[in-house]
Amino acid sequence: MPDPKFAEVQVGDEIPLLSTSPITRHTLALYCGASGDHNPIHVDIDYAKESGLDDVIAHGMLSMAYLGRLLTNWVSQSSIRELKTRFTAMTLIGDQVTCRGKIIEKFNESGENRVRLELTAETPREQSLAGEAVIALD
Amino acid sequence: MIDKNLIGHEFEAVTLPVEEGRLRFVAKSIGETNPVYSDPEAARKAGHPALPAPPTFVFMLEVDAVDLQDLVSFFGCKLGQLLHGEQGFVYHAPIYAGDRITVKKKVADIYDKKNGKLEFIITENDFINQDGVKVAETRTNYVIRN
Repeated sequence: MPDPKFAEVQVGDEIPLLSTSPITRHTLALYCGASGDHNPIHVDIDYAKESGLDDVIAHGMLSMAYLGRLLTNWVSQSSIRELKTRFTAMTLIGDQVTCRGKIIEKFNESGENRVRLELTAETPREQSLAGEAVIALD
Repeated sequence: MIDKNLIGHEFEAVTLPVEEGRLRFVAKSIGETNPVYSDPEAARKAGHPALPAPPTFVFMLEVDAVDLQDLVSFFGCKLGQLLHGEQGFVYHAPIYAGDRITVKKKVADIYDKKNGKLEFIITENDFINQDGVKVAETRTNYVIRN
């Protein structure tokens, strides 16, 4: 599917949201192995408890990967100029993660038309990531 | 407290191969079902020379270059204290299976809050491919809980 046109998008537009299946221990085991982030706090409940948590917590970067999917579902990856986020709360086993993006600015930079998106990821309890992306559009 | 003299420290550059099998595993692990990210034929039909790396793969190279355990040990901390505070990516060019990416990491800042209960380590990382093209930059903010 071609990218949306710069002229056809408006500040305030929301892009199609992405909602994941509930995070399982298996999800985190796969991400641990694939990502190279072998911090045991994400997969070893004994270690998590020794570190003062009740259970393992999801990798923040897994939710950021979901934000990446939110974007690449909307535009081709080559249009993404920047992606950044703060990790504002923990994501736990059983959480569904919902990712949203909204256009907050249209501008011209480095000779191309770009839009800035406000991005969020939410668990059923609260916002877990608060970020932004810059996308180039024709 | 982390030694603030480590601000400006540059880690030894590390060159890493981007393997097709790894990218397929990454796609599976993040729930990416678009075949462009897991089927080389689908990728080629979409105009890519090989499987493309998804947007956050750059951070995986960052962690491969300097393992998290080694990173926290370098600062005299423990892995269980580590939280990821912020992550930023700037993209200049795509990364594909078969590329060789050189990762250059430096310590951009170290500071503390709440009378040292929280310490912050900011690193900046450059990612340069086999043709000498800077394909991406990251800025990574880790929080150490004391």
